[in-house]
Amino acid sequence: MRTVIFILQKEFRQIFRDKTMLPIIFIVPIVQLLILSYTATFEIKNTRLVVVDQDHSQGSRELVFHFESSSFFKIVARQQNYEQAAEWLKNGDADQLIVIGTDFGKAIETNQPTKVLLVTDAINGSAASLMSAYAQQVIQGFNKNILAKRVPFKTNKGNLTAEPLFWFNPKLDYITYMVPGILVLLVTIIGFFLSGMNIVKEKELGTIEQINVTPIKKWQFITGKLLPFWLIALFELVFGLGIAKVVFNIPFLGSFPLLLGVAAVYLLVVLAMGLLVSTITDTMQQSMFISWFFLVIFILMSGLFTPIESMPDWAQWFNKINPIAYFITINRMIMLKGSGFSDFAGLFYALAGYAALMLVLAVNRYKKVV
Amino acid sequence: MNPEIAVSASKLSKSYQGKNALESLSFEIEKGSLFGFIGPDGAGKTSLLRILNSLLIPDSGKASIMGFDTVNDYKKIRRIIGYMPGKFSLYQDLTVEENLKFFAGIFKTTIKENYHLIQDIYSHIEPFKNRKAGQLSGGMKQKLALSCALIHKPEVLILDEPTTGVDAVSRGEFWEMLQKLKAQNITILVSTPYMDEASRCDEVALMQAGKIMLRNEPEEILKAFDAELWSVKSNRMFELLKDISDFSKTKLAYRSGDHLCLIPEGKFTENNSLIAYLETKGHQSVRLEQIRPTIEDSFIYQMQAQN
Repeated sequence: MRTVIFILQKEFRQIFRDKTMLPIIFIVPIVQLLILSYTATFEIKNTRLVVVDQDHSQGSRELVFHFESSSFFKIVARQQNYEQAAEWLKNGDADQLIVIGTDFGKAIETNQPTKVLLVTDAINGSAASLMSAYAQQVIQGFNKNILAKRVPFKTNKGNLTAEPLFWFNPKLDYITYMVPGILVLLVTIIGFFLSGMNIVKEKELGTIEQINVTPIKKWQFITGKLLPFWLIALFELVFGLGIAKVVFNIPFLGSFPLLLGVAAVYLLVVLAMGLLVSTITDTMQQSMFISWFFLVIFILMSGLFTPIESMPDWAQWFNKINPIAYFITINRMIMLKGSGFSDFAGLFYALAGYAALMLVLAVNRYKKVV
Repeated sequence: MNPEIAVSASKLSKSYQGKNALESLSFEIEKGSLFGFIGPDGAGKTSLLRILNSLLIPDSGKASIMGFDTVNDYKKIRRIIGYMPGKFSLYQDLTVEENLKFFAGIFKTTIKENYHLIQDIYSHIEPFKNRKAGQLSGGMKQKLALSCALIHKPEVLILDEPTTGVDAVSRGEFWEMLQKLKAQNITILVSTPYMDEASRCDEVALMQAGKIMLRNEPEEILKAFDAELWSVKSNRMFELLKDISDFSKTKLAYRSGDHLCLIPEGKFTENNSLIAYLETKGHQSVRLEQIRPTIEDSFIYQMQAQN
């Protein structure tokens, strides 16, 4: 035990003496939470819209007004014909254009069905379908208005409407959804990279030679190596949660000790993976590339940005070995739903088994003899 | 098992990707001896020392330290040896004192307990104990590394090229420190590429291409030089080696510093004939002088005799 304390003492000294480490520990979480939470969003505001109103009737002006008053649209130009408007889209100066034909107003007056043309820049497919959906909502709103005015008694007859209710995140706030995931990312990156770089650093500098000829036991060395990063990553989680609470006022419905407990087990998986990378590589550069390779795959498939449910079957199967996916799911459950342990016991046991497996693998890979 | 033997090896072999680093080495080293492995880079010195300190497993053969097998009893070996790798392997971002404390700690001892062992060495760097190891000069780094290797009072000290990259004065001091340590009854194994350091050892083994070519006490090696040694200089040093090698009475000629060394066949009485010969080859201001052989010359001479 005393040996472990000596190693711990040495590791902490080295970590805090490293001039780049303290900024990493404190600045990375702030930057990630503040910037990513605001920017990693699928909401589309201020769609740049070009209006081609060939009708100039009361009806067409009313429709355009509906777009003007929506916070999702910003009318950047009004053009007389489709060709001119299309130039805006081609030049990338607008995202969407709406063309209202000459007989629009007349059709409205006479209660005839009519059409408008909606053209969307679809280079970013998911953004395009969102913009298109928003535009259709605006048009539907206009439609309802017309119906209410013209045929007041028919309005709701025979119409089936669904009233949506959004649980756990009633305002569909993107930040509420993203922050628990970004917190997971934060502790993962810190844990994976730091542990991945550590032993290989000793290899690269040659200091491992001197350590290996001492009677230090494997478990002592590895405990001494991993414990500091485990503590730092847990600290990061608490620090990040503090920022989330203070800056974003994120709801935290579940139990804080429960979240810490899950994080403690999750970090064992991450640290052991980092250690494994560290033992199979010879230089810090190799370790960086391998860590990065795995992290990118794990992060993109984790359900942080896109729901796992919409991934193909094989990807959903892959996520069974993706630790980040487990922890993001659990973290969102605890923070947003207030889930208790029994709600995710299965996920937790899987994570714990994973941690045990990775630790055994990593410890066995680390050899003191060549 | 002879209790007077500290280190023994029998038929040690090791190869890297088919290239032999060590070829069936066998030797025994007595307790309390200061033993030098001398040889050029790539002779297998580091591989041998790493097998002895249990970091490397030999392909075949056995080695033991104080009776402990380097493969099976490696845990016991790691308690009784001190090892100083060729490359500085302490923590550059820790201070002198922190490094020493750390290594004392993991060997479950304290600086105080074994201070008498390292006193002579550590006192040189103690004034800088709060300086980071990375900021020390080469000579001071080496003293710190030696202190760290000694802090747990090892029975066998293994030093891999401790004097490489160290200035001449520090090298001299370092060997004096080793002599003192020997008096503490520590068996010391040193490898070095410098032949002139051989005379500092009790016994040396000359290694080349994974084999021990020659092993003896330094004086014996000197005594074995039973020929004459001449130093030759001329105004055309570049051609001199070839021209002398072609001379009929030359047994062996080689470059050494700013002159050529010439070992003639038998006694070299009519040296004037060499000067005359060289002048016919276009050399001028030829200087010929008999010199005392050093241990280096003796090595070269004996290696030649073996081949």
